[in-house]
Amino acid sequence: MAYLNCTNLTAGYGSGNIITDCNLYADIGKVSAIVGPNGAGKSTAMKAILGLVNLSRGSVILDGNEISSLSPQDKIAEGMAFVPQIENVFPSLTVEENLEMGAFLRKDEITRSLQEVFDLFPALGDFRRKKAGDLSGGQRQQVAVGRALMTQPRMLLLDEPSAGVSPIVMDSLFDMIIKVANSGIAVMICEQNAKQALEIADVGFVLVQGKNRFTDTGKNLLANDQVRKSFLGG
Amino acid sequence: MLDLVNALTLLANFVLIPGITYGSQLGLGALGVTIVYGILRFSNFAHGDTMAFGTMVTILLTLWIQSLGITFYPLPTALLMVPFGVVITTILVLGIDKAVYAHFRQVNAPPVMFVIASVGVMFVLQGLIRLIIGPDDQSFADGARFILRAREFKEYFGLSEGLSIKVTQLMSLVVTFLLVISLFWFLHRTRTGKSLRAYSDNRDLAQLSGINPDRVVLYTWILATALATIAGVLYGLDKSFKPSVYFQLLLPIFAAAIVGGLGNPLGAFVGGFVVAFSEITITYAYKRFFAYLLPEELEPTTLLQLLGTEYKFAVSFLILVIVLLIRPSGIFAGKSA
Repeated sequence: MAYLNCTNLTAGYGSGNIITDCNLYADIGKVSAIVGPNGAGKSTAMKAILGLVNLSRGSVILDGNEISSLSPQDKIAEGMAFVPQIENVFPSLTVEENLEMGAFLRKDEITRSLQEVFDLFPALGDFRRKKAGDLSGGQRQQVAVGRALMTQPRMLLLDEPSAGVSPIVMDSLFDMIIKVANSGIAVMICEQNAKQALEIADVGFVLVQGKNRFTDTGKNLLANDQVRKSFLGG
Repeated sequence: MLDLVNALTLLANFVLIPGITYGSQLGLGALGVTIVYGILRFSNFAHGDTMAFGTMVTILLTLWIQSLGITFYPLPTALLMVPFGVVITTILVLGIDKAVYAHFRQVNAPPVMFVIASVGVMFVLQGLIRLIIGPDDQSFADGARFILRAREFKEYFGLSEGLSIKVTQLMSLVVTFLLVISLFWFLHRTRTGKSLRAYSDNRDLAQLSGINPDRVVLYTWILATALATIAGVLYGLDKSFKPSVYFQLLLPIFAAAIVGGLGNPLGAFVGGFVVAFSEITITYAYKRFFAYLLPEELEPTTLLQLLGTEYKFAVSFLILVIVLLIRPSGIFAGKSA
């Protein structure tokens, strides 16, 4: 079984369900990508996994343990980390303080992890004393991912990492996501930018109107005519 | 030349020193307000009465140990009892939080509900204080009164104007500085302090980082209550303790916090001085000051007072209006949009 296995996720805000019976999974060292048109419920699916949106049905199994009833904080303690799409840094804290906050629950020495993040994002090292709110969109995104990595997660969830980032930065961001996965972390991203996301994805989920439409390897999905025509613009 | 020195001494004695004293006291009060606003996201109208309650507890404890014959000469005895006043008041405030605010946090109520709830808390505290200590003036300052006496200063320098510095005035300044420095150290250098700032910045992300909101709330109330009690005791020592005056202090305190940018501790501190100096310079009568500087035939016949002291609260109002019109986020850009 996959490291993170979500079955029959059904969730939404208020009375209506935005996603129905979604099945998603992710594995250590692999990238899973949730793609689909606007309003397909990509973000909602991810938030439902974390418990930020109430789950009305379905199960979330992390490393063999059923965790769907845990609060978001307890899921963080279980080794999950989440990078929201917006407001994903502490703007008035410095870059270094942002990273320290990611390590809030850790009792061990964090200097090494800090160094690892600065190795992964060399640009941040130069700005470590700068306020995160003063950084550019791409740099902020790096701080956001860095903060999440500081929790030492086994499972990293990224909500639209490429939103508000310039095309050049986007490429390096996707490279970085592969690097993170290769370091022994299960990565799940949901992306508006379907083509690029599927290029780096080991497995892709195409959601339409809150339901699984296609599930396959990223490569197969890119090669699939139907997927290409409907979601990738030909 | 001597006239100029006399004029400046006069100003130092009646504007500069009282301004610094009052400014420190307001700054401490505003720090408490701004911390609650920045972290718990509401304007706490009960802050003035929290100050009064803390001061009252300190006064009662002071009277008690004075009756045992313990004093703290040359400093006021009340200083010894401040830590106990802080502890007792904090216990009360945490109880109030559990009984009142915790519920509104649970249901994720909008800030205005918290504000109204805090008005309720304010009334209850006012009643409680009047029940326990009564509505009258209490003078509880003892110990040495002056560091520098006006008469000695006059004789020493051969001036006709004196400069006096009261123990309570210097104490206000020194205590405020120590508190502000340690508060900033706490917020910027300790893990807990950083977590408070992180929570203030972005609640959801703080929770996603594993920061426990209950802890944040607890520390916030402890900080705010300690600041309120100390500010109240300093003010009471310098002037006197009267419950209704503490309630009225709410206005200049909020003005100070808003001038500095609500939610910004440095701003609140600076705002305290801005409001204090505006109030004092506008209500001071400059007749004698100009009498020194101008030739005899031009000597002013009126008081040269811009506004009577009974209107001093109008100054805070005016500052509030001007700031909200021109720079709603305050000098240092706080969190209020």
